[in-house]
Amino acid sequence: MARLSAPNVERARSTIALYPHARSALIPLLHLAQEQDGWVDEAAMQHIAELLEITPAEVLGTASFYDMIFTEPVGKHLVSVCTNIACLLNGGVELLEHAEKTLGVRAGGTTADGEFTLEEVECIALCGDAPCLAVNWRFRGKVTPSAFDTLVDDLRAGRLAEEIPPHGTLCRVRRDTTKTSESPA
Amino acid sequence: MALTQDQKIVTRRVGRPNSWTLQAYLDDGGYQGLRKALTMTPEEITQEVLTSNILGRGGAGFEAGKKWSMMRKAKPAYLVVNGDESEPATFKDHMLVENDPHQLVEGALICAFATGADKAFLYVRGEFALGIERVQQAVNEAYAYGAIGQNIFDSGWSIDVVVHMGAGAYICGEETALLESLEGKRGFPRIKPPYFPAAIGLYGAPTIVNNVETVSNLPWIITNGGAAFAALGAGRSTGTRIFSLSGCVNRPGNYEVEMVKTTFRDLIYGEEYGGGIRDGGELKAFVPGGASSPWFGPQHLDLPLGQDEVAQAEGVLPGGGGSMLGSGSIVVMDDKTCMVRAAWRLARFFARESCGQCTPCREGTGWLDKIMRRIEDGAGRMEDIDLLVDVSDNIAPGLSFPYPMTTICFLGPSSPMPIVSAIQMFRSEFEQHVELGRCPHS
Repeated sequence: MARLSAPNVERARSTIALYPHARSALIPLLHLAQEQDGWVDEAAMQHIAELLEITPAEVLGTASFYDMIFTEPVGKHLVSVCTNIACLLNGGVELLEHAEKTLGVRAGGTTADGEFTLEEVECIALCGDAPCLAVNWRFRGKVTPSAFDTLVDDLRAGRLAEEIPPHGTLCRVRRDTTKTSESPA
Repeated sequence: MALTQDQKIVTRRVGRPNSWTLQAYLDDGGYQGLRKALTMTPEEITQEVLTSNILGRGGAGFEAGKKWSMMRKAKPAYLVVNGDESEPATFKDHMLVENDPHQLVEGALICAFATGADKAFLYVRGEFALGIERVQQAVNEAYAYGAIGQNIFDSGWSIDVVVHMGAGAYICGEETALLESLEGKRGFPRIKPPYFPAAIGLYGAPTIVNNVETVSNLPWIITNGGAAFAALGAGRSTGTRIFSLSGCVNRPGNYEVEMVKTTFRDLIYGEEYGGGIRDGGELKAFVPGGASSPWFGPQHLDLPLGQDEVAQAEGVLPGGGGSMLGSGSIVVMDDKTCMVRAAWRLARFFARESCGQCTPCREGTGWLDKIMRRIEDGAGRMEDIDLLVDVSDNIAPGLSFPYPMTTICFLGPSSPMPIVSAIQMFRSEFEQHVELGRCPHS
């Protein structure tokens, strides 16, 4: 069971301090838990509830509303293929079908080795470069089937580890607290 | 005529090396708008924005200055920048947060100063990982530079700016849902009235919610004056605006153009813009302003890109009215496009993204999705076509534009628009699907 680690509790506390009301930090803390473990389990939700002084049910109530928060395990690489209108008109559905074949899972599934979770997503705002996808929310446009296969090979071989961090890591730039002067309004 | 790079207001720096860094921004006159604003009174700044008459760039198109004027005088007060861009085929804010985050930060500071906000939140769509990093970096740099924090540029004014990431929900682009989300809750739009967060917003306090592109225009407006902005465009649609062009065109992309002086035809066919329909095809229909807007056809190509011009056009809805520029995204469908499939994909989008609070939307979007799917899959019945219209009419009675409301927010009445448009324009294609028992395009 994964409660937040000591350094992450520190990060959580400084995040909470940014907001006039602690509960506003709920989504950032869910992201933090996901950065730690790749998904958010019950222990993490319990811990977040304690930090925010709300109930675990309230944490789950919010977590379950948002597509990016996973309450079950996710592959190391979350591959999100868009099939919304601009991608539909540019081969997005065919790209998703190709991805299912290459990875050997249907959309929504995770490969047996735990490397990849494939999902079909709504518009990810890269429509000028349709068809597009994201891996752990790092975007790729004009993705051909062969480019997809190369991407998967590179990910498996760890060649993109710098560009694409593990699932759950969104913002690697930390707020610079040496300059800030948090005074909850 | 296409704008030269220097004539552009919000996308001038996009594409320049390291355009997202403080140094690049300062080299281009960055933060001069804020410096000037801090020598003005909040009322003078608001007056400049009123003079510019900039209409909100998020989708509703409400006058930004008027919104500011409605701010209830109470403390604390907040600014929330809406960077939750999720309207299908809209990708302008994504570009702005990644390529020009300092322009956004400077604009947010000007807005916060003018409206008396005590704290500013930059709510960025959670999926925009790089954008979030760039905005956080810009905020860090701006603190170090003295543009955010205590006694900004020795003016005596102080404010903190917080970068907040969303977590994946289309509905959070609706401003009251955005505030719920920022309060750590499910993204449920709030019941109106109160209509404007300027009266009751974040934590019940007066709050301004402005879109990324709107806010990004402010440094230019303050530096050059509201009148200079209003000199561009025509009528109520002043200035320039970014249009996201996608679909079956040769050169999809974001194009900043002068409003009203540019037409849909210019944008779709102009050599400096979309460059025409790909593979030498013909235009069949286009989405003029995001997934929520009623569709247009070839007969609408010469309409100017102006908010009122598009709203007052003779559109395709059975109940009358035009369409909207909405979020500024234009999706072009060519003669090879299956209209049933295209409309179904948008119907499914709305069904997935309905928050579930209101019955017409929660139930209606689900049924529209299912009925559209069975027609596209070849299992449809001829009476399904009228059934679709009937269900649509239950969600948005009268099927007109502007939309009648049966729900808390606009997701509901927007959801049947692609279907109703497609049936009105291409009913025979629906019939063909039923007669053949399959999609004629597959």
